[in-house]
Amino acid sequence: MIINHPLLGPRDAQEFTYLGDAALIDRPDWQGEDAQSRFYEYLYLRDNPAGTHRELWFHEGGDRSWLVVTRNTVSHEILQVELARDVARAKGRSK
Amino acid sequence: MRYSGLRVIKEALTGHKGWKPVWRDPEPQPHYDIVIIGGGGHGLAAAYYLAREFGQKKIAVVEKGWIGGGNVGRNTTIIRSNYLLDGNEPFYEFSLKLWEGLEQDFNYNAMVSQRGILNLIHTDAQRDAFTRRGNAMILNGADAELLSADQVRAEYPFLNFDNARFPIKGGLAQRRGGTVRHDAVAWGYARGADSRGVDIIQNCEVTGFRMENGRCLGVETSRGFIGAGKVGCAVAGSSGRLMAKAGMRLPIESHVLQAFVSEGLKPVMPGVITFGAGHFYCSQSDKGGLVFGGDIDGYNSYAQRGNLPTVEDVCASGIALIPALGRVRLLRMWGGLMDMSMDGSPIIDRTDIDGLYFNGGWCYGGFKATPASGFAFAHLLATDRPHKTATAYRFDRFRRGYMIDEKGVGAQPNLH
Repeated sequence: MIINHPLLGPRDAQEFTYLGDAALIDRPDWQGEDAQSRFYEYLYLRDNPAGTHRELWFHEGGDRSWLVVTRNTVSHEILQVELARDVARAKGRSK
Repeated sequence: MRYSGLRVIKEALTGHKGWKPVWRDPEPQPHYDIVIIGGGGHGLAAAYYLAREFGQKKIAVVEKGWIGGGNVGRNTTIIRSNYLLDGNEPFYEFSLKLWEGLEQDFNYNAMVSQRGILNLIHTDAQRDAFTRRGNAMILNGADAELLSADQVRAEYPFLNFDNARFPIKGGLAQRRGGTVRHDAVAWGYARGADSRGVDIIQNCEVTGFRMENGRCLGVETSRGFIGAGKVGCAVAGSSGRLMAKAGMRLPIESHVLQAFVSEGLKPVMPGVITFGAGHFYCSQSDKGGLVFGGDIDGYNSYAQRGNLPTVEDVCASGIALIPALGRVRLLRMWGGLMDMSMDGSPIIDRTDIDGLYFNGGWCYGGFKATPASGFAFAHLLATDRPHKTATAYRFDRFRRGYMIDEKGVGAQPNLH
């Protein structure tokens, strides 16, 4: 698989390590009333779709940026690559 | 029709005209007591034991393709019970005991070959860990034997013992481990189940579940609705895809694992060996091909095929262990879908939906578990209680903090 890095251009997926579903960006509030059950769901449960999947890849052998890659889990086709930083900021994180 | 040596001779003398198809091809009935989704090893074994051990009638196995076309025909055929943790070891030892009596039990030649499995040791720390694991195995009634480097050398003289980076310091052997002809396992269970009245319905894809007031009433399929008192899902690899139709999110990711076969060689590999410094395992099939594999590719996939970096990594690990492999040509390779669970251990449990039961999360260790998984799932479906060796395989272990994490890597499925 070739991941088209937003800053560095096309890179071999071998340069990256994989974390999992991009929903892991949205860490629950640890002080919330339902923190315990929400952390259980956050840590252990996955949508695991057959088809389009947004997922986190870390460019370990490169610029060490985190990417959100949208990829088809049935065909391995990569549809979109974004910087995870931009995705998180668009949601209002780390202002 | 029972198989026997006499029967083979009789058929040989009469032109092999007496063999008949070994299972029927029935139309689905409108209602069954128990419907099992997934005609793989685990589903067929569950149906077999339900009919044979638990006296259940009116059972169906529905399979979207043909039986045995999934992971039971895609693995590297290894059986063993060399686990450490209490939640696992009794279960896998139960499975190995069932393997030992399996062929007589279902009167089918599955070519169960207890040629032994050897986990190689490369460091002192690894020897300590393997000694501990061997003791845990013995405490649970399995066999384990710690070998010195010289003892390993006597059995496997061609390994790279004096590698500067990964010298071989010994091994942990389980002599009762070995290999099985995996297709014959599916066929044997299918034949045994069919002869006890189980309907095996192929080319019948489940498209949804019919629910009413939190209860599962049956399955919608490509061949119409099939009502069921209880529905058991045994589709490891595709569990996420199937259970999503029931509105469930699972502690599972689907990943792809590749396996490899070399060209046929003369007998060279007496048993199963595993590399302790990388992820590589190898045995030799009766046809002569070296059967080997390594890590999963590491990203979510439903593709049943992997990518080249893993091929390179597996072959590099193999050559580090067995330099002679460099002269061997790879014949073919393929991928299978793994239910990678959050702690590397399986789930055999009821779901929150009445009448819906789940068997999955086998990671890449499901084949060796086939008999015990089928037995334990049959026990659960018939009695609503977990089998005594499978009490730890519950959904709620993640919520309650009772993970069975053999590798100790936590909730990172691609590392198990």
